[in-house]
Amino acid sequence: MICSMIVEMGHFALILAFVVAVVQMIVPLVGAQKGWRGWMAVAEPAASAQFLLTGAAFAALTYAFVTSDFSLRLVVLNSHTDKPMIYKISGVWGNHEGSMLLWIWILTLFGACAAWFGGGLPPTLRARVLAVQSAIAVAFFAFILFTSNPFLRLEVPPMNGQDLNPLLQDPGLAFHPPFLYLGYVGLSMSFSFAVAALIEGRVDAAWGRWVRPWTLAAWLFLTIGIALGSWWAYYELGWGGFWFWDPVENASFMPWLIAAALLHSAIVVEKREALKAWTILLAILAFGFSLIGAFIVRSGVLTSVHAFANDPERGVYLLAITAIFMGGALTLYAARAGAMEAKGVFSLVSRESALVANNILLAVSCFVVFIGTVWPLIAEMAFDRKLSVGPPFFDAAFTPFMVALAAILPIGALLPWKRARLGRTMRPLWGVLALAIAAGALTWSMQTGRSALAPVGMILFVWLIGGAAAELWQRSGRNEFSAKIRRLARLPRADWGKAVAHSGLGVTIFGVAALTAWQLEDIRVAQVGDSFEVGAYRIALNDVVRERGPNYFTVKADMSVFRGGREVARLFPEKRDYPVAQMPTTEAAIDNGVFRDVYLVIGDAQAGGGWAVRTYIKPFANWIWAGCIIMALGGCLSLSDRRYRVAAGARKAPATAVPAE
Amino acid sequence: MRRIVLILCLLAAPVWAVQPDEILDDPVLEDRARELSKGLRCLVCRNENIDESNAELARDLRLLVRERLVAGDSDAAVIDFVVDRYGEYVLLKPTATGSNLLLWVAGPAMLVVALGIGGLYLRRRSGSPAPDDRLSAEEEARLKRILEE
Repeated sequence: MICSMIVEMGHFALILAFVVAVVQMIVPLVGAQKGWRGWMAVAEPAASAQFLLTGAAFAALTYAFVTSDFSLRLVVLNSHTDKPMIYKISGVWGNHEGSMLLWIWILTLFGACAAWFGGGLPPTLRARVLAVQSAIAVAFFAFILFTSNPFLRLEVPPMNGQDLNPLLQDPGLAFHPPFLYLGYVGLSMSFSFAVAALIEGRVDAAWGRWVRPWTLAAWLFLTIGIALGSWWAYYELGWGGFWFWDPVENASFMPWLIAAALLHSAIVVEKREALKAWTILLAILAFGFSLIGAFIVRSGVLTSVHAFANDPERGVYLLAITAIFMGGALTLYAARAGAMEAKGVFSLVSRESALVANNILLAVSCFVVFIGTVWPLIAEMAFDRKLSVGPPFFDAAFTPFMVALAAILPIGALLPWKRARLGRTMRPLWGVLALAIAAGALTWSMQTGRSALAPVGMILFVWLIGGAAAELWQRSGRNEFSAKIRRLARLPRADWGKAVAHSGLGVTIFGVAALTAWQLEDIRVAQVGDSFEVGAYRIALNDVVRERGPNYFTVKADMSVFRGGREVARLFPEKRDYPVAQMPTTEAAIDNGVFRDVYLVIGDAQAGGGWAVRTYIKPFANWIWAGCIIMALGGCLSLSDRRYRVAAGARKAPATAVPAE
Repeated sequence: MRRIVLILCLLAAPVWAVQPDEILDDPVLEDRARELSKGLRCLVCRNENIDESNAELARDLRLLVRERLVAGDSDAAVIDFVVDRYGEYVLLKPTATGSNLLLWVAGPAMLVVALGIGGLYLRRRSGSPAPDDRLSAEEEARLKRILEE
């Protein structure tokens, strides 16, 4: 009896959380305006309560999935008793309603973190931040309760469910959405800080310092989330593509670009009290792009043929949320931003200018992605042209910005604040530049094709990593070797984080360039017992068998990969068929290596006997995601710097919060 | 969750991208066919080119492209042939004609505007340095202490 009540209790907890959110949206805001401490103090327990209540709702839904409670509509549509346990759990967020519940749980988690660790913030700012954060929560609680309720029951429960989409039954995809949401929703914190600062009418170095860890955390989660999605596409979709410039991917990439810009401009606010209005605008836009992303993914407006949740009502609601929050914040911005007076003065050649250039490149490249994503919509509405904007456009229009960004990065990173001399800054970089060009020339002469892609990728790779190393070396001072090493070990973690993250960008750039330029492909019909050459490898099809998995049937090939007469890998690519979901999937078999992946796919049985077999040699494929992980690692290092630690404010008196560098 | 579309494409027809029986004997023609296929959209999928698509219709288009190439058409003629039949919707790289010029110019134009605004901002901020720019004696001493540490 108690068990069957759990779902109802979860539903009730969700409604209660909605009510708490409404209170937290209004009371602290009024309190901050009137200076009533009691009213402001409501925010913290309310934020904790919201988090716990939403967590209870999420736990109840998870319970329903785990116990296969088919009286719940959502469970019927997305689960099955035969499904492995891990996918019963990940199935909770493998659908629109459940993923919304996860989204909002993470939203309340960030609110609660701001309440728990925001002890160092001025009380009015904290009350306002939490109230704005709660306003976002109110909008999404209403959205979930009124249009996407996960707790709807069925009058007549069926005997079994319709199973989760088989493509989603995969470890990579089980963890992809939570990370992505931690990123998307984390940007709500930067947004709340920006709006609260506009209400307060004050932005100073301390504000820049408070907003940075939240943005950094959101950015690094977004980095991991995007990398996981790309990696999943690589091994699951059967031809090893890693990025498709699909609207849904762009939806996650745009906030990432803006968040990256925001990270850098917030440094200028913190260190030099300049770029304040611009930083506030970026903080608003970063979350704006998260909201637009949610709209793109869930409304189906850009994906008219197929969509995640093709429901006009939901689309309209999400568009309204986006319009209200962006419209409100930008109006407030227009009214108040003029008052954000910059203090710092700096010359044209300075770290400040370099960061402005970084922001321009990131923001304009985000604009290119945005316009390309929505252009089919604009063309159809305004010019009555039905057209597509696909990868060839983005490759041509977006790539130059990233090349330019990588080209100026090491110089900008080394420039001193305020006033710099280019000649002096370049001194440690000339050697790196020469090395980079030499490596590029070597790559050019060694490759067979005429593509400039790989040499450029190589130049940027050496330039970025060498630049990061040169910077660390320079920061270690003019000492003898052992003293330099000691000094290096004592450098602030933020400096290490910067060098590591910038190197990660270089690794990713090289991975993308090398894979695109040098990939080998072979498509053929092979008989069992055949072997064939692909590049330096010989591939043998030993056997093909039919087997049965827990909730699927499979055709499994047994293949060997030889190099120089020696077997280097034995791989078992599969073609699965999920009878409940009535869907086939390919399970490519990959021999991962540092310098190349051998990627095998088994296709259909051919009419004349034999099997369609695809072989890909993918050089440096793993560098793409390794670079992302390195970037995220750099973010973690920076986040763990004691100057930025999220909780640092809690232990320090507010008076010492101004950075002392 | 992010590629629901592909999933639906798979649903529509379980054929896998380029099949061995489609490949032309002439490797030069086949390379051209692959290159052209990468710029043509699978009409029943979302943002997927016919080279990668698993849909039946994509296969028909792939065969059509190869037929035209074997018949001796130039690359441009093949593209025109396909666009005549299916509309510019099939082009993944939109043509830079008419209203589409806006799309192609938008990025570079925005860059110019941003550089202009950024340049103005920097010039305004780089006026004469503030008088308190120099370090006071006390600050000098503190800096020295920090550096020695």
